[in-house]
Amino acid sequence: MKKYLEGSWAMAEAAKLCRPGVVAAYPITPQTHIVEHLAKFVADGDLKAETLNVESEHSAASVVLGSQSAGVRSFTCTSSQGLLLMGEVVFCIAGMRLPVMMICANRAVSAPINIWNDQQDSIALRDAGWIQLYAENNQEAVDLIITGHKLGENSKIMLPIMVCVDGFILTHGMETIDMPSQEDVDKFLPKYDPPYKLDVDNPMSFGLLGDPTVYTETRYAIHKTMEEVLDLIPKISKEYEDLTSRDSLKLVESYKLEDAELAIIAMGSVCGTIKDVIDIEREKGKKIGLLKIVTYRPFPKKAIESALKNVSNVAVIDKNISLGSDGALYSEIKATLNSDKKTSGFIAGLGGRDITINTILDIIQSAEKEVNNCKFVDLNKNLLWDEFKAS
Amino acid sequence: MTKKHFEENLYVSGHTACAGCGQSMAVRIVMNAAGKNTMVANSTGCLEVFSTKAPETAFGVPWIHSLFENSAAVASGIEAGLKYLNKLDDIRIIAQAGDGGTGDIGLQAISGMLERGQDVLFVCYDNEAYMNTGIQRSGSTPFHANTTTSPIGEHSLGNPRPKKPMVEICAAHHIPYSATASVGNPKDIERKVKKALSIRGPKYLQIHVPCPLGWKSDPSQTIEIAKLAIATGLYPLIEYEYGKLVKVTKLTLSKPVEEYLKTQGRFKHLLKTKEMLQEVQDVADKNIEYYGLK
Repeated sequence: MKKYLEGSWAMAEAAKLCRPGVVAAYPITPQTHIVEHLAKFVADGDLKAETLNVESEHSAASVVLGSQSAGVRSFTCTSSQGLLLMGEVVFCIAGMRLPVMMICANRAVSAPINIWNDQQDSIALRDAGWIQLYAENNQEAVDLIITGHKLGENSKIMLPIMVCVDGFILTHGMETIDMPSQEDVDKFLPKYDPPYKLDVDNPMSFGLLGDPTVYTETRYAIHKTMEEVLDLIPKISKEYEDLTSRDSLKLVESYKLEDAELAIIAMGSVCGTIKDVIDIEREKGKKIGLLKIVTYRPFPKKAIESALKNVSNVAVIDKNISLGSDGALYSEIKATLNSDKKTSGFIAGLGGRDITINTILDIIQSAEKEVNNCKFVDLNKNLLWDEFKAS
Repeated sequence: MTKKHFEENLYVSGHTACAGCGQSMAVRIVMNAAGKNTMVANSTGCLEVFSTKAPETAFGVPWIHSLFENSAAVASGIEAGLKYLNKLDDIRIIAQAGDGGTGDIGLQAISGMLERGQDVLFVCYDNEAYMNTGIQRSGSTPFHANTTTSPIGEHSLGNPRPKKPMVEICAAHHIPYSATASVGNPKDIERKVKKALSIRGPKYLQIHVPCPLGWKSDPSQTIEIAKLAIATGLYPLIEYEYGKLVKVTKLTLSKPVEEYLKTQGRFKHLLKTKEMLQEVQDVADKNIEYYGLK
């Protein structure tokens, strides 16, 4: 049914449709509305779940680790500092093969303290062993939450899922959402029935000490499972599409790439703006397209290579920066593509700075003119130290 | 381990604890007292390392280890999960940690668990320092103890601070039960575990467990040393209910602290002067007076 909803409400409702048994979270802007809505659903009796108002994000992640290991579908959400505080638990949840669902409302990381959007937080935890999916809009966020559960909980996969949504832009934005019915979600997503759990009738020990004779194999197993995730995504997406006519779960999305000379690559809500710019520029005869990365972990190398095979010029936009190196997405795209392609990297939208149509036009112009690996766009030179003004 | 091994004990031999490890002895008493319908969330520490090295385990009950500071939160999650599954009536949950995982790095998670009123028994095995990493001082290290991070020297007499009062900190949350016990009195541990698990809501039990390696003591004397800690008044056995002190174990056999200190290398430097001995005797005397141990 179509509803005009705030993003956080839509995401909370999607989480509710998946019938989590335990919800634990700690408030942090801009994630707060999601947990507030879930708490209200429980208070009103619309969701039968145990909600735990914990004393930190570290404990929020630890609670869902515990409840998921007891065999119960569990949900948490956080942002920025909260995700970093969860950090070691985030690694642990993946290492223990527990398909916890988390929404990360992407926000910049301190210091300076900044509550606005970029993607530094989830990028900082990209190596933790979670499936990371990035939504362009709230419809996609809803779909990725529902399909993500089915993906992570597959008995061959058993990995946690982080649905990454741009803070404020999506969480606080209003949008018309086609919300699946409970009946359809129940049909699509079976009850959580893990191959292993804490059980007094079949006692097992979890989280053992893995010494040098076994540790490597546990990491290899996750790495190989990530390859299976790439294969499973189109299958799960098809099942969901049959129910809802939407294929939001995907590795990548190509927009007008067929004849493109320049491809812009990006993740998240900025893709909407980029599509508008492409439409405008194409009217002027410019052959530009977009490659949107939906699945960032596992990184869909083959899909990227194939989508860009006819493109000669690539511009990657990162809302993050590996300080002292390049943007994270740029580094990986560069490592994936043949060296004969001109591949430029741009850092934009940090700490909530708007990426406008003009920003994208500047990026296009720059990429057409020269190759840069890590160009900060929209810098205010008045704020820079004198020695940095020239470059 | 085969299932047969677990018919007699829910925590069995074959693990790699040091000879005379007080913690390992206490764990067996706790597990057997709790029974097979128990789930355990364990913090990182000696116990987790010596009892559950892949692919083996010494535990006959469902057991999970995640990290150092979060066993109270993991146990909270298990509790919430079992509640959701309507299984909480039949299953008891224990979170357990060493003294560092309890009173230092784990304090916030424990306070949260107690404040939320979760139906979990938290057991602290108190060996009074970070033994797993090599005998560093914790908040639970006693006054004047020599550790690798509170070493004695020309300008140091060892740990400069008294033990953090964790049993009172937990009792201050007005939980149904907060108590101390000692591996020197196994029957008392058994009674307190059974009592705690008969109560719904959050419970805290702190068990004194000598560590021969860290305390530089004779591994064959672990139980005797633990008994001396009780008899000197340095480790009072006390029980709080809803924030009120309701029971103490009276000292039937009262001894001077020197009897306890001289059994351990970590206190050796205190035996040199009467002044230093008196300072520790003062700690014991205060305990005896405050808790009415005589």
